[in-house]
Amino acid sequence: MGDQALPTMDTPHKQAQDECVIRLDGVHKYYHLGDFQVHALRGITLEVCAGEFVAVMGASGSGKSTLMNIIGCLDKPSRGSYFLDGVDVSQMEKTELARLRNRKLGFVFQQFNLLSRTSALENVELPTIYAGITPQERESRAKAALERVGLAQRAHHYPSQLSGGQQQRVAIARALVNRPAILLADEPTGNLDSRTSVEIMDIFQQLNTEEGLTVVIVTHEHDIAQYAKRALEFRDGKLRRDTVIKDRLFACDVLPTLPTLEDEDADDEMTAPPPEAD
Amino acid sequence: MDFWNTLRLALRALARNKLRSSLTMLGIIIGVGAVIAVVSIGQGANELIQEGIQNMGTNVVYIAAGSRRPGGLHMGYGAVKTLTMDDLRAITREVPMIKEAAPGVTSRAQVVYQNQNWNTQVFGTTANYFPIRKWVVMAGTVFSDEEVEAAANVCVIGTTVSRYLFGEEDPIGKQIRIRNLPFRVIGLLESKGQSVMGTDQDDQIIAPYTTVQRKLAGVTWLQMILASAVSPDASIAAMQPITALLRERHRIRQGDEDDFFVRTQSEMADMAAQTQLVMTILLVSVASVSLLVGGIGIMNIMLVSVTERTREIGVRMAVGATETDVQLQFLVEAVTLSMMGGLVGIVVGIGLSFLISNLLTWPTVLSTQAIVLAAFFSVGVGVFFGFYPARKAAQLDPIEALRYE
Repeated sequence: MGDQALPTMDTPHKQAQDECVIRLDGVHKYYHLGDFQVHALRGITLEVCAGEFVAVMGASGSGKSTLMNIIGCLDKPSRGSYFLDGVDVSQMEKTELARLRNRKLGFVFQQFNLLSRTSALENVELPTIYAGITPQERESRAKAALERVGLAQRAHHYPSQLSGGQQQRVAIARALVNRPAILLADEPTGNLDSRTSVEIMDIFQQLNTEEGLTVVIVTHEHDIAQYAKRALEFRDGKLRRDTVIKDRLFACDVLPTLPTLEDEDADDEMTAPPPEAD
Repeated sequence: MDFWNTLRLALRALARNKLRSSLTMLGIIIGVGAVIAVVSIGQGANELIQEGIQNMGTNVVYIAAGSRRPGGLHMGYGAVKTLTMDDLRAITREVPMIKEAAPGVTSRAQVVYQNQNWNTQVFGTTANYFPIRKWVVMAGTVFSDEEVEAAANVCVIGTTVSRYLFGEEDPIGKQIRIRNLPFRVIGLLESKGQSVMGTDQDDQIIAPYTTVQRKLAGVTWLQMILASAVSPDASIAAMQPITALLRERHRIRQGDEDDFFVRTQSEMADMAAQTQLVMTILLVSVASVSLLVGGIGIMNIMLVSVTERTREIGVRMAVGATETDVQLQFLVEAVTLSMMGGLVGIVVGIGLSFLISNLLTWPTVLSTQAIVLAAFFSVGVGVFFGFYPARKAAQLDPIEALRYE
């Protein structure tokens, strides 16, 4: 995907455009549920290069969440290997994995997962606390990240004072604050209305295009997947289709066509009780 | 994550549930407060007792008739007839550590003055009893050796007796009747108050032992001898020779029981301190139970908190918190809780012992040792009872934790 002559991210892990940030090699994952053995992933081989924007699709139980957990270093493959940024992380210790999550990965969740009664700024600062950076550096980075998602003026608001879209933007800022190599988003628009969903996709596209950030999102909505560059379809623990998105949508083009809410920041887009993820 | 961050985080988490945190701390507050108050009461009582024992005269060797053997036939105090004035003379003559000695023989009697009467103890002795026991005559005088020799009907009375018989009247020179015998009051003792054992030391009449032996008790023996040694150390050193001398004089064969017992004042002081220590340990252990319960309370609340914050733990782990980070976060929270409880408990304990000494007029002595110990103990409780919940938090699976509803 060398179609972008854009600067790579300003990170210590600078990647050449065509270098693999994610490489899975024959990855299997089993779970034991009592006497049953669930074979969640059945031999996944996959490469994602720096600067890609991948949508992972599949029905519930297709194994896409398991894949995300492995890519996100929250879980280890039962068999096979996983290279993150060129390093085999498949058999690493928990502590090493925590460091990797902290430095190389940024997570965005369907339910935002912001800490309540903690300001937006402090939520964004959270990953920097575990990165061993000075308090001044932490604050300036968090402020910059909030600015990046257009919420600088909401830094001292609590999550309960923010709309769903704003909360998700805070979550994206949190994912960006340690300048990761990959941004992983699990159903990031699952709890948002359609306009807000497109706004979130706009941020992802900007980050991908302007900063060359590798983005992997899990979604079951085809129209959301249309904003990515590449779609991976999973079924029954196997990668069934790996396609380049044709007729890719660009959020910046779509947004003007959508009906505008009176005030984008109005609190009318309340967070609905989240449906079961996956 | 550095320590200050962890501490800040813990304080914020505790501040979020102020009522819950304070209630949890209450267990530790009560525990630490109770330990400190109880120890201060114990120390106060101990000092009072030691003072009381000093007041009874230092260097005193106390020889009483009777066996001290527990079990078997216990020939109680006063039932043994072998201790005599000759023994007393032998002791002063042959035991070099003993400076002087006074006899003691008692009898209870009804005492009458005009239309007032009072039942009290009449203690028969010699004039040197007063300096040995540090009795001071407030008014009048003590009886002379001649009066002892002559078994004169004279007596020195304690303030309690004086109050009941004479009221405001001056007792000196007045005639009272002890068991219908006329006695002249020649002296009034300065008040000593309650003894260590709780008896009123001022409720007694002191008369020549000869008078008490012949006219009141009708005996020829003594119930006790109070000997004064040249020093506190000498009083302990004198015990052995006195025992040997009396065994020989009473013709007690080897292996047989003594028919007397010897005690020294310093030994009694030690015994009292020992008793006090046992009491204090007992009370402290009761108070410690409350610390233990407080610790269990902390554990309970921390477990609830870990469950409530499962999502938060999941998020922290997802963004890079290691097991150690999470464990430390919850451990510091538990220790902060117990330490704050401990500090408030120390203040409460000090306040409580002040209240006790001021309102109940019990003597209390604050023990720095107890305060330091209580502070360490409260931290220990936090570490001990916080460890398991923190471990539980640290071992959560981030995937499960993120999914937790």
